[in-house]
Amino acid sequence: MSEITYRNILRDGLWTQNTALVSLLGLCPLLAISNTVVNALGLGLATLLVLLTSNVTVSLVRHLVKPEVRLPVFVLVIACVVTTVELAMHAFLPGLYTVLGIFIPLIVTNCCVIGRAEAFAFKNRVAKAAVDGLAVGLGFALALVALGALREAIGQGTLFAQADLLFGEFGRHLTVHLLDDYRGFLLAILPPGAFISLGCLLALKNVIDARARRRAETRPVVAAAPATPREAGT
Amino acid sequence: MKTVARSMGISALILAGFAILGTGLVAVTHTATQDRIAAAQRAALEASLNSLVPVDRYDNRVTEDRLDVVAPEWLGTDQPVPFYRARKAGQPVALFATPVAPDGYSGSIQLLIGVYADGTLAGVRVLAHRETPGLGDAIEERRSPWILSFTGKSLANPPPERWKVKKDGGVFDQFTGATVTPRAVVGAVRRFLEYVQIHHERLFAPPAASARESGKHE
Repeated sequence: MSEITYRNILRDGLWTQNTALVSLLGLCPLLAISNTVVNALGLGLATLLVLLTSNVTVSLVRHLVKPEVRLPVFVLVIACVVTTVELAMHAFLPGLYTVLGIFIPLIVTNCCVIGRAEAFAFKNRVAKAAVDGLAVGLGFALALVALGALREAIGQGTLFAQADLLFGEFGRHLTVHLLDDYRGFLLAILPPGAFISLGCLLALKNVIDARARRRAETRPVVAAAPATPREAGT
Repeated sequence: MKTVARSMGISALILAGFAILGTGLVAVTHTATQDRIAAAQRAALEASLNSLVPVDRYDNRVTEDRLDVVAPEWLGTDQPVPFYRARKAGQPVALFATPVAPDGYSGSIQLLIGVYADGTLAGVRVLAHRETPGLGDAIEERRSPWILSFTGKSLANPPPERWKVKKDGGVFDQFTGATVTPRAVVGAVRRFLEYVQIHHERLFAPPAASARESGKHE
């Protein structure tokens, strides 16, 4: 992270420094709420919103706040944002609010929120802080949804079950039944399934990274080979 | 010394400023959303009540015809339990309440029970529970029709001594691998019906006489 470009911010937030898959932050909501895609998406979007708002606010006030009191100020900002999101969700998505329950207020304790405020937003311009909040939030939400999809597909044989909680009546038609008469696989829904699925996701990410690295090392050879026939063709 | 005190003072002021701003923001949001939240909660309650007793059976605003009752021995919780009364042309039709089965496999099971004025069950639903997924959670309507087996039952049908799961000599099915959960639910429903039978008159009394009164019995 020598140079902070938007491209780097996005890549770090979404992949290289992904909060859930690399730093392994915010595991409590990640593991508890990822039992269906809809729950995961709901919590992911709420976290994304909180990250974005808190990053922008912290970046806006960074010249006003003395370094000695920055942490209490961060905590205040985050707590207020989370409470606002919680109230709004209770008012507009009551069904989803009932399902997510305690995990919405618990976003306050998700260390990735205060981590981004401290490590990034306090030192950077508003636009960059906003992009960082978006990238990190999206990275967290995507990991959450991937985990949710894996667990829901294996555990219940469906995807997007109860989508009406998030999208209203329209969501009822979104539910996908992957297999007819699937009896369900309880382990995937239970807490151990969360750990096992997260382990699989981490392994998958490491495999992809290792592949990419190997390809990068051998690129000169590979890139040179197809270049010649294409030239010959034209 | 002086500069230290000064900078501490400034920091404190900044912090206080943020605290006031933040509290203000939360207060504004709270005021802006509280009506919607109350409406959403009422709508959710009405929707679940209407799944037990059809809308055309009553004509009053059930969610406003409320009586809070404290009866830990019968209702499973030492908190006040709201009773909602459905009436048609002033005559009592049915009664809804949310008692608790305190002895579930992992903690309390919150129930919603509807009972007609003649003592037959309009139905039972589970509002909240922490029973084992895949075993005890068959008490949920969307997982198994078991909870519907209460509909139409009363203290006369089956007789009180058969208000048990089959394993205990009663008439209600238990689940494979989970007896504690249905036993807790059956027990809670029976106690609720007994409570309603004993206090029938007071529970169905017209709202003017008993509005918002807190029952002190038991």
